[in-house]
Amino acid sequence: MAPLRPYLAAFRARFQLLLEYRVAALAGFATQLWWGGIRIMVFAAFYGAHAAAAPISLADAITYVWLGQALLALQPWSADPEIGHAVRTGGVGYDSLRPLDAYGFWYARSLGWMLARALPRAVLMVLFAGFVLPLVGLGEWAWRPPSSLEAALLFIPAFVLMAALAAAVLMLANIVVAATLNERGVNSILTPVVIVFSGSMLPLNFYPKAWQSWLHLQPLAGIVDVPFRIYFADLHGGAALQGLALQAGWTLVLVAIGRLAMARMMRRLEMQGG
Amino acid sequence: MNALALYGRYVVASLRAQAQYPTATLMLILGQCAATSIEILGVYALFSRFGSVGGWKFGEAALFYALVNITFSLADLLTRGFEVFGTDFVRTGAFDRVLLRPRAAALQLAGYEVRLSRLGRMMQAVAVLVIATRLAPIHWDAATVAMALWAITGGVAMFCGILVLQATMAFWTVESLEVANVLTYGGVQAAQYPLNIYATWFRRLLTFGVPLACVAYYPVLVILNRPDPLGAPDWLLPFTPLAGFAFLTLSFLAWRAGMARYASTGS
Repeated sequence: MAPLRPYLAAFRARFQLLLEYRVAALAGFATQLWWGGIRIMVFAAFYGAHAAAAPISLADAITYVWLGQALLALQPWSADPEIGHAVRTGGVGYDSLRPLDAYGFWYARSLGWMLARALPRAVLMVLFAGFVLPLVGLGEWAWRPPSSLEAALLFIPAFVLMAALAAAVLMLANIVVAATLNERGVNSILTPVVIVFSGSMLPLNFYPKAWQSWLHLQPLAGIVDVPFRIYFADLHGGAALQGLALQAGWTLVLVAIGRLAMARMMRRLEMQGG
Repeated sequence: MNALALYGRYVVASLRAQAQYPTATLMLILGQCAATSIEILGVYALFSRFGSVGGWKFGEAALFYALVNITFSLADLLTRGFEVFGTDFVRTGAFDRVLLRPRAAALQLAGYEVRLSRLGRMMQAVAVLVIATRLAPIHWDAATVAMALWAITGGVAMFCGILVLQATMAFWTVESLEVANVLTYGGVQAAQYPLNIYATWFRRLLTFGVPLACVAYYPVLVILNRPDPLGAPDWLLPFTPLAGFAFLTLSFLAWRAGMARYASTGS
């Protein structure tokens, strides 16, 4: 455990710092509630027109929306702002001097950043969409618990891998930011790509059939579509295990690419600031 | 110099500043275009799977989508000063400097920055408008074009009203509250689909609370030459964009009340 301590400390420091921003969490929660509500009404309208055409039931689609809104901050839409800042001010020099693996250090901090923003909102969302909605008689709009014990147990590794994969994607973006000194360009490409291909906008099965085969194999599917479908047992048994394997495999591949790119970038890095 | 000429000078200064970095400006426009155009993909995917909703096909829905996005892109282009009012003016005390100048504060804020990057949203919306025209039975003649422009004008007024209200809140909260985003970006999100597909309470909110339906739904019914599925009388529909101007007027009344109680943060 001892060799991991500095990385855990980096994770914890970032996590605790961001938990202090309670108003930001509340504002984010309110926004995501509104967004989730619109999404659900749109789904309900289309299901009302022709429910048989849908790949999953309306109840599952609603759960998918609430899960997505609750864990929105876990999606790697935008590079870690602290990395861009560190590179522009020269603070990155300290990171390269630490007797630590620089990739691991940034990875831990980015993961802390994502989880700390996601978890308070997720708790509020569970309370509201999972408990308050059924209590006030809007049970059909509610966030359902996992479909079975098996689904619940499988969702635990799926959630862990979802966070690990998201942080690996985010690290690639961070490295591009460090190499180009500016996060605007990366983010303007990253955000739409992640929203579409993770299944954040629509579950991947809703896209036209011709796209399905490769949509389900690309890495971003492991960030939203795979774990959420495991949650309501749309993926179960062997298919769920395949989903977990996809998440784990892409995490390893992206971490390996990230490490190579980071080593290259650190060698060429020119210190800014002074 | 009258107010309009002064505003023109503000706009020219802002545009010249952005023209100093032509590549960066162009990239920002294209980035904005890419980021906002994914929504039409979602609309298309749902229609291609389910066929139709609430009596609408994809081509007609695309017209709703295109008009609300053109409207919002214009409003977004013009209201940067109100959007950052809390963070950049009240909190920093820069608003004191604005008040010292012998010109209306609202005029100076309106001229604060004209962000060309927002044209990216308009580019994709115009492309969708072309697609909608090919797919749906839309007859563009003098009357329908005038109706579209009238709806866009009313819609820009309404979205500007929301931004003015967001800025007004900063007189009390000091910070810019992002909560207004649920009405701006969230409003666009909602109005990308024909509003008759939503639950009744939500439609009422978007008609009588924030009059989004009046600028982005009823006028499109006129352009498509369709009666309101929910039974609003035909003669009323062309007048509905007036509600956008009424909303803007009420917003400025709130703004004046806020100005009256402004006390500098003193930094």
